[in-house]
Amino acid sequence: MNLEKIAESLKLSVRCGANNLKREVTGGFVGDLLSDVIANSQEGNIWITRQIHQNIVAVASLKDIAAIVLVQGSEPAAETIARAEQEGIPLLVTALPGFEVAGRIYKMLNP
Amino acid sequence: MSEETKYEGHFAVEGGNFRNAGQVSSRIKNILKDLGCDNDIVRRAAIVTYEAEINIVSYARKGLIHLNAKPDRVRIEISDEGPGIADIELAMQEGYSTASPIVREMGFGAGMGLANMKRFSDNFNITSKVNEGTRVVMQIDQVR
Repeated sequence: MNLEKIAESLKLSVRCGANNLKREVTGGFVGDLLSDVIANSQEGNIWITRQIHQNIVAVASLKDIAAIVLVQGSEPAAETIARAEQEGIPLLVTALPGFEVAGRIYKMLNP
Repeated sequence: MSEETKYEGHFAVEGGNFRNAGQVSSRIKNILKDLGCDNDIVRRAAIVTYEAEINIVSYARKGLIHLNAKPDRVRIEISDEGPGIADIELAMQEGYSTASPIVREMGFGAGMGLANMKRFSDNFNITSKVNEGTRVVMQIDQVR
């Protein structure tokens, strides 16, 4: 399952990294504690979070995260978008709550 | 093994500068990849270096990350100038943190940093002097 299909199905808005949406998603990770994400996320995961500051990009890049999804109407800070653009990490946003986003993506990845 | 498959260098980290937090870990990850280290070693070295970097940024005035690496062995030494840690045993407990509310709001300071550094390294040693600083030496040499 690639990012594009997930983004389309959940109607996620792409804030940056539109060129990298063909990437395959290996699974997902939900969390706002950066140490938790650093320790427990896997390469190619889609990361669902409420954090909007630029340090999420460093974490995503270090762990080869496929994309970050900001939920519940969170919008990335301007410097977060700039940094993500630089690193080629797609930033997706949605008004949906994290629980629903995680559930729907889980279902798509594990039909 | 040729001389080119070794790397030794150090990287300065500025206390309080969250803007650049993660840059040193990112550089070290790329250096280890270029050296030809096993993916698992690169992954764990990136995790422990990131945690160390965040600790310096969150608590110390400044710090130095020293990297000594070969494809099958990575040694990372962190030394900082800062408040130090009075009770290391307590600080090592997962969930214990002295981070400020602002640092916690950003998703740091969950009390997992030192525990992660120990968990993901094969050899971990920490020493500290209050009002002087903290030194952590980690080695990663086993593919898990």
